[in-house]
Amino acid sequence: MAPGDTGIGRVMAQMAMVMNLDKCIGCHTCSVTCKQAWTNRTGVEYVWFNNVESRPGQGYPRRYEDQDTWQGGWTLTKRGRLTLKAGGRFKKLAGIFSNPQLPTLDDYYEPWTYDYETLTSAPLQEHTPVARPKSLITGKDMKISWSANWDDSLGGSAEHGEKDVLLSEVADRIKFEFEQTFLFYLPRICEHCLNPSCAASCPSGAIYKRTEDGIVLVDQDRCRGWRMCVTGCPYKKVYFNHRTGKAEKCTFCFPRVEVGLPTVCSETCVGRLRYIGLVLYDVDRVLDAACTPDDTDLYEAQRRVFLDPDDPEVIAAAERDGIPRDWIEAAQRSPVHALINTYKVALPLHPEYRTLPMVWYIPPLSPVVDAVRETGHDAENHRNLFAAVDALRIPVDYLAQLFTAGDPAPVDAVLRRLAAMRAYMRDINIGREPDATIPEQVGMDEQRMYDMYRLLALAKYDERYVIPPAHAEQAHRLEELATECSLDYEGGPGMGGSGPFGETSGGAAPIAVENYRALRDRQSSDTPATPSDKATRVNLLNWDGKGTPPGLFPPSGGGTAAGDEDTDTGGEVEPKP
Amino acid sequence: MTAPTHHPTLAATAGTGPVLLWVVLPYLSLAVFVLGHIWRYRYDKFGWTTRSSQLYENRLLRIGSPLFHFGILVVLIGHIGGLLVPKSWTEAAGISEHTYHVTAVALGTVAGVCTLGGLAILIYRRRTVGPVFSATTRNDKAMYVLLTATIVLGLAATVAANILGGYDYRDTISPWFRSIFYLQPDPALMTGAPVLFQLHALSALLLFAAWPFTRLVHMLTAPLGYVTRPYIVYRSRDVGLGARAPRRGWERVG
Ligand code: SF4
Ligand code: SF4
Repeated sequence: MAPGDTGIGRVMAQMAMVMNLDKCIGCHTCSVTCKQAWTNRTGVEYVWFNNVESRPGQGYPRRYEDQDTWQGGWTLTKRGRLTLKAGGRFKKLAGIFSNPQLPTLDDYYEPWTYDYETLTSAPLQEHTPVARPKSLITGKDMKISWSANWDDSLGGSAEHGEKDVLLSEVADRIKFEFEQTFLFYLPRICEHCLNPSCAASCPSGAIYKRTEDGIVLVDQDRCRGWRMCVTGCPYKKVYFNHRTGKAEKCTFCFPRVEVGLPTVCSETCVGRLRYIGLVLYDVDRVLDAACTPDDTDLYEAQRRVFLDPDDPEVIAAAERDGIPRDWIEAAQRSPVHALINTYKVALPLHPEYRTLPMVWYIPPLSPVVDAVRETGHDAENHRNLFAAVDALRIPVDYLAQLFTAGDPAPVDAVLRRLAAMRAYMRDINIGREPDATIPEQVGMDEQRMYDMYRLLALAKYDERYVIPPAHAEQAHRLEELATECSLDYEGGPGMGGSGPFGETSGGAAPIAVENYRALRDRQSSDTPATPSDKATRVNLLNWDGKGTPPGLFPPSGGGTAAGDEDTDTGGEVEPKP
Repeated sequence: MTAPTHHPTLAATAGTGPVLLWVVLPYLSLAVFVLGHIWRYRYDKFGWTTRSSQLYENRLLRIGSPLFHFGILVVLIGHIGGLLVPKSWTEAAGISEHTYHVTAVALGTVAGVCTLGGLAILIYRRRTVGPVFSATTRNDKAMYVLLTATIVLGLAATVAANILGGYDYRDTISPWFRSIFYLQPDPALMTGAPVLFQLHALSALLLFAAWPFTRLVHMLTAPLGYVTRPYIVYRSRDVGLGARAPRRGWERVG
């Protein structure tokens, strides 16, 4: 147990995310930008570090939640010990030559492109030429029959809907008739688990959890392609690059996070539903929590692993364990900590896998709201909503399968809190006297309810993403700062570059950090284009096409000399023809 | 039946031929094997992988791959026993020549059949399954040729020796093999060996020389450490981050 008498073991900081599912419009922007940033290469055509699933639906890869088949995550032995569901170390090694539970490409989908060239190069003919789909695996013509979001927005659910793994657990039958069903989107990335079963499954020890920020990464130099991690991860968020023969997974955009920027998926999220922040936790409690006998207690058990960053004892312990002061402060301002522990509206995805996942979700109230509205009742009234949460077992039980191992009580509580907020804020918004009894009914006071509303509805960029940059004294080692000569490492100039053997072998390409800084400035400033303090300098790369920043065009004869001090309109740039 | 001592041998039985084949080549191949692995490990860790094709196809692989790999592991153990352990040791341990031979033949046959069967399935799969074939590089093809040749020749030599009446490689080939490591190579021991054994040894030497440059490297990093290491690996961001080691003078202190 802990040194000293605080009862707090080793403190670690974890970079974590919360997604507010009510706001997800299923636009897939996150998936696309992530793919462009990380997996637009050969070998990972089928890979989506970020994917957005429609629920109910099968997910990606198909039916990945069926752990009887895929054997992902951890399980308890009869004696209550934690083991990998797919078997212990010896069983893993024995299966190394052919992993018995590896999903095949069919379970993901066969990636394809279109033969666009025929459109322009086809000879004159009677019929319009068509761009046929070509498999990116075989290069041959193919018939597209599945993809990462084939059942998007319940498309084809009348046919496939029953294959949703969770439905077998939900007592009432879900109807897929248009008027009677419900739908929400579930964006998923790697959970950067506190107890990652992918790392535990890796025979080479190539998957590691970073002690500073808890990001789980695959060391590409140590991975030998044994593929056990793919099985080990119950969320199926480790992928096998079939070209390089190495495992790859979501990196939590660590090069960006290290300089204080949010991940690409968060940055580009159209619904602005993602929150990133630190959570402090006690490493020594992780195993105990993962060994909680009852699946339904895992949610609370995981919350007990987290530490309160405002507690002086926790602060002392964190400093003892070398967590920098500004990181502790960031943990105190963390929106993730607030949503999980202060407002208690965020829930973990599939806690029953016992990996202690660290991307949490605010379950959607919208299925309930929609149902109330359909009956013609007032969907902003808390009594109607509370009654509906109690009465509508189908969405609630389904959400409980996702977030609390089937226990509806925590989901009920969260939905009631969200419903209360909705009703309470409606009064304020239409100028009525706010009703203090509404927050009371869900165990909150008015101030706290308002704060929660602020965080969920209004929070600006720097409140949604509280990311302390990695430390300056270590900065020269950060991948993306790359202030060292990129040739100046062991082995000498040019060594370690592209070798003749591995696909895309070679060192990391340093990306100038100014790009990130500039991007950040742009995101958080009110000026649409160039910073106003640099009147005459224009960075075309950062010009987003809005307005005409001073200095972009040579001064014209008229009174509106660009570059002039008084053309700084504080962000309001007149559109010019 | 021919007299067991009168096996056909390679033409060059004297002069520089045997020295080149049984002294120079082994040392060359050994040197390339060792240095090649060091070089590859240093400069191409990223390419150091099994390059598994299980994602493309699993039905054939599920049978072929374990069959081949477990077979070849037994073959490896057999070779260690046969080549490295001197005959006098097994005899001192009370294992008679006959017992040894019967065990070796029995185990060897099973392992050999498994290995060859597995390899046949894998090669068939590689050729016929589209995605697997298009993921096969020229390097892979060369490796397959060498590997198959070595295995087939080895098996053929054993079978021939057993049919033609016991040839005891433990009197010639094994001492020659060990003599390389004592740094007192004795090519004469090999010149008398049956031609199939000689060819098997030669193709194996070539295979070893090619080894570090093929995907066979995965064998050297067989993950035995998994058995003892803790399940979850924690690593600090700045220890061995990425491809770049800290510059001299910038290493972390304390
Ligand atoms: S979700 Fe991420 S950290 Fe957790 S087991 Fe899967 S790959 Fe590992
Ligand atoms: S970008 Fe945001 S709103 Fe769009 S699908 Fe992704 S998470 Fe949902």
